[in-house]
Amino acid sequence: MNNVASTQPVLETRDLHMAFGGLVVFERLNFALPRGERHAIIGPNGAGKTTFVSLVTGLLRPTAGDVLFNGAVITHTSPQQRVKAGIARTFQINSLFKALNPLASLVIALAEREGKGGVSLRAVARETELIEEASALLAKFGLADDALVVTETLPYGKQRLLEVVLALALRPQLLLLDEPAAGLSTEQGHELFRQLAILTGETTVLFIEHDMNLVFRYADRVSVFAAGALVVQDTPESVRNHARVREVYLGA
Amino acid sequence: MSLTNPQAPAAAGKRYFSSVARWGYGEIIFWAALLAIFFVPDANLPLFGQIVIWGLFAMSLDLLLGYRGIPSMGHAAFFGIGAYAAGYLGKFGWTEPISGLVFAMILAGIIGWLTGRLIQRVSGIALLMVTLGLNLILYDIVHRQSELTGGDDGLQGVVIAPVLGLFRFDIFGRTAYLYALAVTFVLFLVARALVKSPFGLALLGARENPRRMIMLGTPIERDVSAVFGIAAAMAGAAGALLTQTTQFVSPATLSFQRSADVLVILIIGGTGRLYGAFVGAFVFLFLRDWLAALSPVYWYFWIGFLLVIVVAFFRKGIVPSLETLARRVRRR
Repeated sequence: MNNVASTQPVLETRDLHMAFGGLVVFERLNFALPRGERHAIIGPNGAGKTTFVSLVTGLLRPTAGDVLFNGAVITHTSPQQRVKAGIARTFQINSLFKALNPLASLVIALAEREGKGGVSLRAVARETELIEEASALLAKFGLADDALVVTETLPYGKQRLLEVVLALALRPQLLLLDEPAAGLSTEQGHELFRQLAILTGETTVLFIEHDMNLVFRYADRVSVFAAGALVVQDTPESVRNHARVREVYLGA
Repeated sequence: MSLTNPQAPAAAGKRYFSSVARWGYGEIIFWAALLAIFFVPDANLPLFGQIVIWGLFAMSLDLLLGYRGIPSMGHAAFFGIGAYAAGYLGKFGWTEPISGLVFAMILAGIIGWLTGRLIQRVSGIALLMVTLGLNLILYDIVHRQSELTGGDDGLQGVVIAPVLGLFRFDIFGRTAYLYALAVTFVLFLVARALVKSPFGLALLGARENPRRMIMLGTPIERDVSAVFGIAAAMAGAAGALLTQTTQFVSPATLSFQRSADVLVILIIGGTGRLYGAFVGAFVFLFLRDWLAALSPVYWYFWIGFLLVIVVAFFRKGIVPSLETLARRVRRR
């Protein structure tokens, strides 16, 4: 291992190759994400951003190359093992428990995190710590009054927020947000990111986002993906002024 | 107010989950009524015994279909396994009913768990086909091995000792009814506790959105085999109860017809409620009894008619429709 522990990236990919049949998404992707960073991935549609998130979470397996988490190769572990190791994600399109309420949804997440999700005859009502933590999380995100409302009847913005709360409930080391502000108004998007900036604290956050205002305002650093390659990885300032980026992405 | 008191949201949450777990008046009345039937003079106890057994059988399917969203077209396989297991024990000298029942449950549960492992990665129509296929295979085996199973004639000479060594199975079906009711009630308590536990919530979550469950770290495949095993064990208990209370096993216990009937019962009564199974069994068996007396050949016409009516006008079945009605009345 050529990295010392303190500078070891949380997430790393080595020569990651991904193809769907004849369609090559990534040729040889080498990517490293330092601990504690709030990192944005931007790039035109079809650049492989969501595929990248799915490769990191294990919903997809690469055709070659490796994914490393805290220095350990996780390429062949299951999505569940990666969650247990500390990787959580949200989805670009809301992926919630429509018929359940937010409180029950969070209790599911917390019970699983605490290893209480297996076969049992103990009523949820007796898991008071889980209910307390779930309620506190919802309150933190301003969802306290919606805790018992059926999820699918909640306004879209609140469902979007719940998507993030569910992932944060797992206390991940690495949080992957796939276009968290998709479908939100500009103000809602900024509000969501403002809350995220406060509540994620030390958590390393990797987010895909199309709104450049959000990216340049909230990201510590930015990676630009285009045509299955990492074009540049730098601070928002440098990326904004980078010639190649303007060429491939900003179209100027 | 939630803004002024940080404890308020948690208190509301606790109240909510307590109310979910609490016994409602309707539930208490339901079980008290089933017990009261025993004391009604001239009640048709054999019919009510059948209702309880079919209710238990349909409830086991509800765990799969209503809570986990797994449709099974072959649930009679586990009922039949339980029925034959209890039958063989009784025929070959192990006549004590409760241990026979437990053995039948364990056997059906193991086979159900294995089935669950087999179908973990299957979903939708393919799931219907696999469960149906397993049911047909089992039915054919029993049918062909007639020296072992009695074939069409069924398993004769099943002897069942008195329950707890005290209560003989009488010709009026009095012991049979109380025995079936007691076993069903105990298994209902287990199912009720299960669906109100975090595991029950996880089943609902996986029914709603398996992809999200994976991303919460839930081993949803392991949960499928677990709930399949539990549901199969309970179906096996229903089969064993039928054998023990009738002292006979027919290959019809694992026929496809029975798999279809139990699905009809559950859908008429309503899924995801546990009680829907019992209400469906009550309606189905009462109608069958009544219609069979009117015209013995054509009663399936009316069952089909009822199914169409319920699905077209009540959508979710009798129990959920009644719940909606009750909510509306209360709001007024």
